[in-house]
Amino acid sequence: MVLDRIEKILEKYFQGETSIAEENELKVYFSSSDVAQHLKQYQPIFGYFSQAKEQQFTQEIPLQTKKGNIVMWLSVAASVVVMLGVGTMMYFETSKSEQFVACSPEDSPELAMEQIERALALVSEHLNTGIESVSYINEYENSKNKIFKK
Amino acid sequence: MQQNEFIKIVSPFKDKLFRLAKRLLVSTEEAEDATQEVLVKLWTKNESLHELKSVEAMAMAMTKNYCLDQLKSKRASNMTIVHNNYTDNQASLQQKLEDADSLSWVEKIINDLPEQQKLIIQMRDIEQYEFEDIAKILGMSEATIRVALSRARKTIREIMTKTHNYGIG
Repeated sequence: MVLDRIEKILEKYFQGETSIAEENELKVYFSSSDVAQHLKQYQPIFGYFSQAKEQQFTQEIPLQTKKGNIVMWLSVAASVVVMLGVGTMMYFETSKSEQFVACSPEDSPELAMEQIERALALVSEHLNTGIESVSYINEYENSKNKIFKK
Repeated sequence: MQQNEFIKIVSPFKDKLFRLAKRLLVSTEEAEDATQEVLVKLWTKNESLHELKSVEAMAMAMTKNYCLDQLKSKRASNMTIVHNNYTDNQASLQQKLEDADSLSWVEKIINDLPEQQKLIIQMRDIEQYEFEDIAKILGMSEATIRVALSRARKTIREIMTKTHNYGIG
């Protein structure tokens, strides 16, 4: 009975007319231990189909490309920002120095005086910022004296 | 789409892609490369994936095309050497050794089939796709697929019967 049915399905199978369910029936039959002698030759075929389905893809999926793109664009953006920063600094530096117009005391003593005052103010301003940071050192000196009392 | 979301979509069928690639390219390493390549391509399509009805069918078709291209370029450059890495991962038991021998024989027969029949056997008999899906992936009519499948199955039977009889005689 079972054999009849299997033979029929097998016939259909080789005509390419079986459904998935029928093919599964064949697979189950051929994986069992009591396969009819004259059908034994088909056993490895269905055995192979089941075995082949078990192979797995074990490699990592390399999805780095997208991340790489983001990093690339970030670095581009960063370099643009740096270049803009340097550019504006240079621009302001040069425009500041343009405040001083080349002149000699002969043609305008007032202007020359003004320029000198401005230049000296600039120097003292820079000097003050220097001194400000030096004042921190005094703090260290104070605390050091507290610890190492003589 | 986030990476983990993508992996969730892809993981149910990534093994199928690999097995299809391996069926066509034979070598495990090449099949792994092909699978990775296809998955990366799929990832770059990312945004349009939601619109697809079946990502799996699309991925299968991409794998098929990629592997066929690979084979074509290999033939063009006259590289005829292909490594045959047969799976020997479960053959440790004495009993299994004998089985594995006839199983690898089946594998050999399938690998000797024409590419189209190989693809169809792989998708129908191993992955158990419906004819409708195979037709979509291969861009062929269901009737043509049935004919090719029947031919492939008969070829396998023929060669198997021959070797079976050798064994007896």
